Amino acid sequence: MKELGRVNNAYGDDKVIDACSIFGIMDTSGRGFSGEGIIRAIANMHDRGNSLGGGFAVYGLYPEHADRYAFHVMYLSRQGKEQTEAFLEDKFKVVYAAEVPTRRTPNVSSPPLVWRYFLEVADAGGQPRDDYVMSRVMEINTGIEDSFVFSSGKNMAVFKGVGYPEDIAEYFCLERYQGYLWTAHGRFPTNTRGWWGGAHPFCLLDWTGVHNGELSSYGINRRFLEQFGYHCTLQTDTEVIAYAIDLLMRRHNLPVEMVARVLAPPLWRDIERCPPAERELLTALRQVYGSLLLNGPFTVIIAHQGEMIGLTDRIRLRPLTVGVKGDILYLSSEESAVRLICPDLDRAWIPVGGQPVIGRLGEHVQAAREGVTADAN
Amino acid sequence: MKTYLPSKFVVERDAERCIQCQACVSQCSFDVHAYDADYNEVTSQGENCVGCHRCAVFCPSGAITIKRNPLDYRDNYNWRSEIIEDIIKQAETGGVLLTGMGNDKGQRIYWDHLVLNASQVTNPSIDPLREPMELATYLGSKPDKVELDSDNNLKTEMPPQVKLEVPVMFSAMSYGAVSLNVQQSLARAATEMGTLWNTGEGGLHPRLYQYADHAIVQVASGRFGVHPGYLDAARVVEIKIGQGAKPGIGGHLPGEKVSADVSLTRMIPEGTDALSPAPQHDIYSIEDLAQLVYAIKEATNYTKPVSVKIAAVHNSAAIASGMVRAGADIVVLDGLRGATGAAPKVIRDNVGIPVEMALASVDNRLRQEGIRNRASIVISGGIRNSGDVIKAIALGADAVNIGAAALVALGCTICQQCHTGRCAWGICTSDARLSKRVNPDIGARRLANLLRGWSLEIKDMLGGMGINAVESLRGNRLQLRGVGLTDTELDILGVRMVGC
Repeated sequence: MKELGRVNNAYGDDKVIDACSIFGIMDTSGRGFSGEGIIRAIANMHDRGNSLGGGFAVYGLYPEHADRYAFHVMYLSRQGKEQTEAFLEDKFKVVYAAEVPTRRTPNVSSPPLVWRYFLEVADAGGQPRDDYVMSRVMEINTGIEDSFVFSSGKNMAVFKGVGYPEDIAEYFCLERYQGYLWTAHGRFPTNTRGWWGGAHPFCLLDWTGVHNGELSSYGINRRFLEQFGYHCTLQTDTEVIAYAIDLLMRRHNLPVEMVARVLAPPLWRDIERCPPAERELLTALRQVYGSLLLNGPFTVIIAHQGEMIGLTDRIRLRPLTVGVKGDILYLSSEESAVRLICPDLDRAWIPVGGQPVIGRLGEHVQAAREGVTADAN
Repeated sequence: MKTYLPSKFVVERDAERCIQCQACVSQCSFDVHAYDADYNEVTSQGENCVGCHRCAVFCPSGAITIKRNPLDYRDNYNWRSEIIEDIIKQAETGGVLLTGMGNDKGQRIYWDHLVLNASQVTNPSIDPLREPMELATYLGSKPDKVELDSDNNLKTEMPPQVKLEVPVMFSAMSYGAVSLNVQQSLARAATEMGTLWNTGEGGLHPRLYQYADHAIVQVASGRFGVHPGYLDAARVVEIKIGQGAKPGIGGHLPGEKVSADVSLTRMIPEGTDALSPAPQHDIYSIEDLAQLVYAIKEATNYTKPVSVKIAAVHNSAAIASGMVRAGADIVVLDGLRGATGAAPKVIRDNVGIPVEMALASVDNRLRQEGIRNRASIVISGGIRNSGDVIKAIALGADAVNIGAAALVALGCTICQQCHTGRCAWGICTSDARLSKRVNPDIGARRLANLLRGWSLEIKDMLGGMGINAVESLRGNRLQLRGVGLTDTELDILGVRMVGC
């Protein structure tokens, strides 16, 4: 019998089916702000979760260690910690290690130990450093008992656990941190008691994803990624999204606009109406990456250093609202959550299915095509 | 020699209904019915009947009923009537038993043991009548990644791709094996429905060049009908190594079928036997295949995908992997139940493996080797309906070929007399009188209707799974579950048992 507390999917289903609330804020001018706003916003969508998972990703979090890989690692036992720390000492130069500060919170029960490490790669053995780090993360997650890497990017981190997101925020004292980009997630899994590692955001290097949806295409998405050395061990849909983005952006060098075109491509009939060069490009993307099309209902907020992307499936079967106020971009499952923390938005709209909304450091927020525009006043 | 063979069928004629119109006499090509002018009576000799139902369908007064001859041998599971009668036939002829169509034996049909998923609650099903549902499929080799230049324009040069509006094509059926009217029906339907038909190894008749843009042309072991114009005209060129109905052996179109027209397209003298050797005599190993693949690519200036068709056999996975490395853009797997115009019965019924298993293992192997993108997989051999098609796609096929199902749409009743050349439905024959029975206008309409019906059904099933593009089902084995299969079978198929 598997230890139920340690697996994401105790029943061995192929994937976790869940519904969720998601929220993202980014100040495209790069100014940092505290987690207070996003905590209120995600708490406002309390009923979209069921206490079985909540989490946050924060970017611009560790400016004093900006060039070091920041690992947040969860431990379920002392042995796990000892083994992992020995492993980290062996594979990296550990510059700093400390427990992540927490406070006692009534609604958070039996939390695991969470530690943070700032690491430098002394010798990647000729590999790109990111590939080296990715492989080590996979080794810890699959090879060392009772240890799980929450996040592994630079100048960012993930805080997550079992509970409502507002409880997790309280537990990790998130109101004390500053970042220019925050994403949050409240979870409603249908069939599993949930474990801390299975909460969102999911993270690989500095990529994070918060996801509301279920991928009908999961089976083939996973099989396609396996060809490129990604092994889905968490049995969650969100994991394939993270790997797909890593493959397309980091390894295949595609810009985020093109990645959105792979994950939620235009319909063939729309591609056929495009000008020749664009048609050729979109056709090639669909032909080559058809197996990465994310089919079924989803909304996802993907973030990495300097960028936040909101995307829904092609026929927008899960909600996403966009709000803009000055340099600040809001993405949310529900408009009410945005208006709660920013009542005087410049603009708010519901994007067209499959059209990405992209916030980028130093760039004003632009929408390729707005869908339904809400009253901005 | 007196034959000891009993009749297979009993032909009953309702005397009260029969109006002596003699339609049955003219329709039957197996000499079952005869008119006796002296008595103004039509009589039937059941012993000649093959059970093709041509007479019963065309009898204007519904007077004819065909029944299985209830002749009962003593029960014996080992010595069943078919086995006894095969021995009788060989004792009387001393030859190889020939037959037509595909394997009719009871080896497990895996399609019947696979079931599909549908969305409930957590994921909305999609109504194809209200929402777009995409079946478009591109066959051809795809690169591993797309590269862009600094202005985000496409830098990768895409290998040639062929678009199918519906992922169902017509199997290779050569002119000579089937009549020109049949090929024309297939060609027109494929053109209308945005899919492909396949010339087989009999060349391309001048009248069908207008449909060549939707044709796969075969280069087979006899090299019949292969010339530059033939290759240039085609959409896809296919190297035929083997056929599911008769893996490991060649073909033989008897000289009496090589009419003036057939001789023209096959480029052989009229009346001579067209013998296709068992192997291609310039392909004795995998590197020889690579040479032919690239010879064809050179000859066609890399403008069209080259397909390689093999019969599904024990080592298909390794062979297919070699084929892809040899440059095949499309891998065609023809399974145990694939049909034929003529094959030795013992081979049809005993050689090869079910295509479901071959497909599952080939798709897996190509993925394990990281080369699945480099070729499309097409399967054939016993595909009966849209359910089989969608299960094949979920197992990993890009598209399927249908042969027998297409012929059934044209009237075939699977009577397995293709090898006799006397097909009463005018399908598998070169007899001018019989082949007129397939009217290409009507035939094309029947075939297009079939594809249209299947594509509507496929869209319904896709929508039910919450999927709106066929590429999200391709290889998505989580949408399948197995019923009544062993652990080993489930393991090879990569499918879980129902209920888990």
